Amino acid sequence: MTMTQALNSALAVMMARDDGVMVLGEDVGYFGGVFRVTAGLQEKFGKHRCFDTPITECGIIGAAIGMAAYGLRPVPEIQFADYIYPGLDQIISEAARIRYRSAGDFTCPITIRLPFGGGIFGGQTHSQSPESLFTHISGVKTVVPSNPHDAKGLLIAAIEDNDPVIFMEPKRCYNGPFDGYYDRPAKSWAGHPDAEVDEGYYRVPLGKARIVREGQDLTVLAYGTMVHVTRQVLAEHGIDGELIDLRTLVPLDIETIETSVKKTGRCMIVHEATRTSGFGAELSALVQERCFYHLEAPIERVTGFDTPYPHSLEWSYFPGPIRIGEALARLMRG
Amino acid sequence: MAKSGKTDTAAPPNRPGLTFHVPEPPFRPGDAVDYSFLDIPPPDRIPRPDETVEARQVHDLAYGLVRVLGDDHEASGSWDPRLDPAMLLRMLRKMALLRAFDDRMFRAQRQGKTSFYLKSTGEEAVAIGAALALDREDMCFPSYRQQGILLARDYPLVRMIDQIYSNRDDPLFGRQLPILYSAREYGFFTLSGNLTTQYPQAVGWAMASAAKGDTRIAATWCGEGSTSEGDFHNALTFAAVYNAPCVFNVVNNQYAISTYPGFAGSERTTFAARAIGYGIPGIRVDGNDILAVWSATRWAADRARLNLGPTLIELFTYRAEAHSTSDDPSVYRSAQERQEWPLGDPITRLKRHCIARGIWDLERQEAMDLEVASEVASAQKEAETHGILGHGLHQPDTTMFQDVFEHMPWHLREQCEQAIRERALKWPERP
Repeated sequence: MTMTQALNSALAVMMARDDGVMVLGEDVGYFGGVFRVTAGLQEKFGKHRCFDTPITECGIIGAAIGMAAYGLRPVPEIQFADYIYPGLDQIISEAARIRYRSAGDFTCPITIRLPFGGGIFGGQTHSQSPESLFTHISGVKTVVPSNPHDAKGLLIAAIEDNDPVIFMEPKRCYNGPFDGYYDRPAKSWAGHPDAEVDEGYYRVPLGKARIVREGQDLTVLAYGTMVHVTRQVLAEHGIDGELIDLRTLVPLDIETIETSVKKTGRCMIVHEATRTSGFGAELSALVQERCFYHLEAPIERVTGFDTPYPHSLEWSYFPGPIRIGEALARLMRG
Repeated sequence: MAKSGKTDTAAPPNRPGLTFHVPEPPFRPGDAVDYSFLDIPPPDRIPRPDETVEARQVHDLAYGLVRVLGDDHEASGSWDPRLDPAMLLRMLRKMALLRAFDDRMFRAQRQGKTSFYLKSTGEEAVAIGAALALDREDMCFPSYRQQGILLARDYPLVRMIDQIYSNRDDPLFGRQLPILYSAREYGFFTLSGNLTTQYPQAVGWAMASAAKGDTRIAATWCGEGSTSEGDFHNALTFAAVYNAPCVFNVVNNQYAISTYPGFAGSERTTFAARAIGYGIPGIRVDGNDILAVWSATRWAADRARLNLGPTLIELFTYRAEAHSTSDDPSVYRSAQERQEWPLGDPITRLKRHCIARGIWDLERQEAMDLEVASEVASAQKEAETHGILGHGLHQPDTTMFQDVFEHMPWHLREQCEQAIRERALKWPERP
């Protein structure tokens, strides 16, 4: 399956298992979503279970919170992560706080799906990676799959989770893994081992990273599209790096990270999002605090630049093979 | 550096200059008060339409003022719900209890027993009238000035005071600012400090109820100032689109802290009239007339229950006291406003009606006032055995870290251990 199909399958599986699971968002109903993630769900489960909404992100999230308070398990979609901002008050002040402020009297088991990330000539408002806005909020979980198998298992786990989950889908990888070489023909998921997706129900637990590639020379912390880009760069440089796909940013799998960095003594953090106060800063601080005496070189952060996401200069902006390669070289020298 | 390629364009000559309009309230401190500009109609000027009425047909309701209790203290007109004496006296008692509760808790704040309080004086009819007209199973999404809903639904006073004191029996473990109650079992949604966020949530709850073929409806409240929030628009749009069984209440108490309703747009329209543009019937009600509040709420609830969709009720009232214990209204409004307010006091009006109907007298009123005061006093006394803010041990520090998530993740466990360590150092006598 592609990641799109895997996500669609996760939604269908959960809608069949639990009649409280409701899919709502702009164009998700009859049309099946601008990225086809919700295709066929309305036809299969009815308009009461999968429906189109007015174009108001805070209305979508606010209504989903109310539906969750009633006892349902809504899965709202925000068409692009770049458009989540009008919904932030409902996420930060409400969804994230309801269990806490009511001492468990009310809960908010919603999963907000957000297509995010660049590499698609999306320009300023179809390319952003706002994950650090969510990781900074106490009370929400942030999940980022990188492949079809994880996308389905993580989405099922997110829907079943009793806390609000921000589920960020790297849209550059909807149809195939992207290794950073924008000038080569796009790859499809066909034949990729992580694209073998079970038709039925399975979970990938939240809060658990995956070691994509074991290695001795350094540890790479990445998520989303950057997992594929980094994997390619490591192979090109012939470096025996340990590549960790974080999968969940909050709660973070600190154990896997700590064990790996203590083994390798070097750490590179890669994300598409802008650098300053990005999630990489948190990762860097944690590694520094916990692995300081094992570090043989300064921690490297490879990220997007601190600018809005540009259109024509996309491939200068995107943290691709050159930027990652330079960071690798600095790390291995140190 | 590169420069943007913009050039100045000269303004065309001979155009009149624009003027910038900033609304100004009718009265400021020291001003004489004259409310003659308000149109206060007699009870039956706007007859009660059938529940099936459409939004475009309710201009009279939205721009007028629905009343039941006239200046003669008689109930009349087609909105008269003809409630039995037991219900009238229940309303009277609940309103008296609420006023006594507010007075007592206000003093408790002044005595330093809590950090904050917020009264609903003058608006007792709004919360109690509505709560008594709704079914006990209907879910309320209130703002912070509808504590009357809890009283109307017989929520224990001691528990409310425990919350206000953040003491060791506080059901919310001292996490929330006083008065931001949560009471699921009483159909009272957890209060947020963020204004109007509850509006789309109420709609979502109502949508869920409808999607599941349930019979319960949702009701929500905000102040007139908070209608300016985007969530007001989102909620009305959603409710109209999905025909959500939801009752919207806008408590127009003439003030949003220091600003009069002109800053929420009242110079040009009523808040009830806004609903019409969404295709939702809007009805403007004398908020100090509990019979009108009850009647309008029941009308709206019946519409929702008949799958006729949402209704918006503007409750025209007056915030008789300060916004909160942190506010001094004498610096922004005329002291005469309260006594000149043409819709009077909700408790006095119902009392006079009950007396006029021969089911009540001043002697019984006096006895009831004493009873509710002592009910509050004894609840307060009991709550104080559980501690007051800052005195005595309240919750263990672990409770600060619980309920952020269903299960505490490692980073919160680490921080929790830190808090416990720090506590032992700060207060070695009570670790």
